[in-house]
Amino acid sequence: MTDLAVVVPEPIVGRSAWGNAWARLKRNRAAMFSLYYLMLIAIISIFGPWVVPHEYTTIYGDYVRMPPSLSAYPKPEMIQGALTDAVKRMRVDFKEWHQEGNRVIVTVKSTKPVDDRNVRYLDRSDAFDDTRIESKSPDGLEVTMSSAVKQQYFYFGTDNTGRDLLSRTLMAGRISLAIGLLAGVVAGVIGVIYGATAGFAGGRVDEVMMRIVDVLYSLPFIFFVIMLVVFFGRNFVLMFLAVGAVLWLDMARIVRGQALSIRRQEYVQAAEAMGVGQRGILLRHVIPNLLGPVVIYMTLLVPQVIILESFLSFLGLGVQEPMTSWGVLISVGAKNIGYANWLLLFPAFFLVSTLFALNFVGDGLRDALDPKDR
Amino acid sequence: MLRYVFRRLLTAIPTLFVIVTVAFFLIRVAPGGPFNQERGLSPEIKANLEAQFGLNDPLWLQYVHYLGNLLRGSFGPSYNLPDFTVTELFAKGLPISIQIGTSALILALLLGSILGTIAALNQNKLGDYSVIALATAGSTIPTFVIAPVIQLVFGLSWKLLPIGGWGDGALINKVGPVLTLALPQIAIVARLMRGSMIESLRSHHIRTARALGLSDWSVVVKHALRGAILPIVSFTGPAAAALLTGSIIVETIFSIPGVGRYFVDAALNRDYTLVMGTVVVIALFTIVFNLIVDVLYAVVDPRVRYD
Repeated sequence: MTDLAVVVPEPIVGRSAWGNAWARLKRNRAAMFSLYYLMLIAIISIFGPWVVPHEYTTIYGDYVRMPPSLSAYPKPEMIQGALTDAVKRMRVDFKEWHQEGNRVIVTVKSTKPVDDRNVRYLDRSDAFDDTRIESKSPDGLEVTMSSAVKQQYFYFGTDNTGRDLLSRTLMAGRISLAIGLLAGVVAGVIGVIYGATAGFAGGRVDEVMMRIVDVLYSLPFIFFVIMLVVFFGRNFVLMFLAVGAVLWLDMARIVRGQALSIRRQEYVQAAEAMGVGQRGILLRHVIPNLLGPVVIYMTLLVPQVIILESFLSFLGLGVQEPMTSWGVLISVGAKNIGYANWLLLFPAFFLVSTLFALNFVGDGLRDALDPKDR
Repeated sequence: MLRYVFRRLLTAIPTLFVIVTVAFFLIRVAPGGPFNQERGLSPEIKANLEAQFGLNDPLWLQYVHYLGNLLRGSFGPSYNLPDFTVTELFAKGLPISIQIGTSALILALLLGSILGTIAALNQNKLGDYSVIALATAGSTIPTFVIAPVIQLVFGLSWKLLPIGGWGDGALINKVGPVLTLALPQIAIVARLMRGSMIESLRSHHIRTARALGLSDWSVVVKHALRGAILPIVSFTGPAAAALLTGSIIVETIFSIPGVGRYFVDAALNRDYTLVMGTVVVIALFTIVFNLIVDVLYAVVDPRVRYD
């Protein structure tokens, strides 16, 4: 007798609406790629400034406006100049120098005995490190010093004051993304609360609330923003919270429209007929159905805020030096395109690619959450 | 139609009034004043200046004065550029900003419509995808990135255009700023046009026209375009206003003596009259453009009637 294998059918597990949306999103290559790209940008912006060997505020006086390079600074041809500078500061004469491996051997002479403390002039230069006296002539007029060449990498080059552009770009990313999220969330929360209230209250309250939105719409937007800058000028976190507080108008309109239409849906009427309370309808039906459009609009709001922040910083109204953001960097880059185009190109690439990615994710989410709209 | 225009202009008055009032009090409660920045201004001189401009009067009185002057068509003197009245500043800068703005708008409407139509006619083919890619790029890349890149490529590398400056309105000086202003708008127009053209090409009268054996050209240009153009028309109003504010960046980067930069500088220096002047001018433009658009709407679409 053979055992009859009893095949227990797998219970069919339905997928939730969110599961469906996620599956649709995963099929969208552009959106998924953008999502990974955004994660990458976020990770390198958050952790990058700690990993990059340069502080974003450190000024390398000897490396002003150095072009980006994969090989280390100082370049072999720059050593001569850096040495000449350092020796000039010692107020002695340059006799000769040569390089041995990683160290340079410098011989200087003077009409007066050379002070041992002069080694610090070599150490102070950004190009050298670990300087020591190798030998002295008996009368002390000639001194031979040796110094290690400090290898420093500036993959994105340096800016006008000799700061590493890579660490500045990453730091700027941190600020720009943080502001985008912060102000985006502020705008989103205000918009959702305002719009939902108007949509639910309906009638006269709705009328008045939406009329206020209309009036705010007709005010020149830039005026509002600039006034906020004038008020909160010194504190950029406060200022961007305020900027977020200006951007809620669209969200309020969208949420109100959704709330109005959801309230009239048959399933809500059915729930009402079955005696479900206001609270139950709100939690079970309205909020889950509102979430889709809110999520979609949030992904569009964040790039808007980032652009706005960059715009303000570009005009010199936003983030202030030495703190930095992509807008600040681009504005500096735009002023220096004649001789240092990397100052524009790197931050612009980071900003634009992030905006693209956010857009694709937003589009992907719209397709995923609202399949009717395709 | 005339009655409609008249009624619209009447309803614009309260809107304008609210805007002027909000703006007036907003800029006044902002800390600082127009004569605070200047270094070495002795208290006596500052007091005299403030007395001369009536800044010591109670705020409501200043407000009434300002409204009165505004009704008489006077924006008052600029505080930070004391040799000029606000009206004179606008007389100098506004024509330049308008010239660049309208050129950009016309370029955007023409080029955007053409690109959108091309995309719609080649739906899901190479032409369509390239237009969509261009439109995505145009609406994603901010103006303050486009402008320096145009300077870098056309001005510095290829030496085709001057890097900046107005050059007394020489045509070559306008290319860069107009292009920068137009690009994002081209993107939006192309997108709108693509959508509405696809819709329009599906409609019954187009099928009839094709059945009657009309040429492709005639079907698209004479029949489909008319229906497809409506969203573009309604887009023109907000776009025109956006071009005025967009000019802030473009005028700064290309160093063009328009009105865009006045606003930022004036707000930062608390040049109250100049700020107010700019707000009123922008609001007026928005209102007038929206009105023009609504009237145009009735012209393009005979189903729309205003009575």
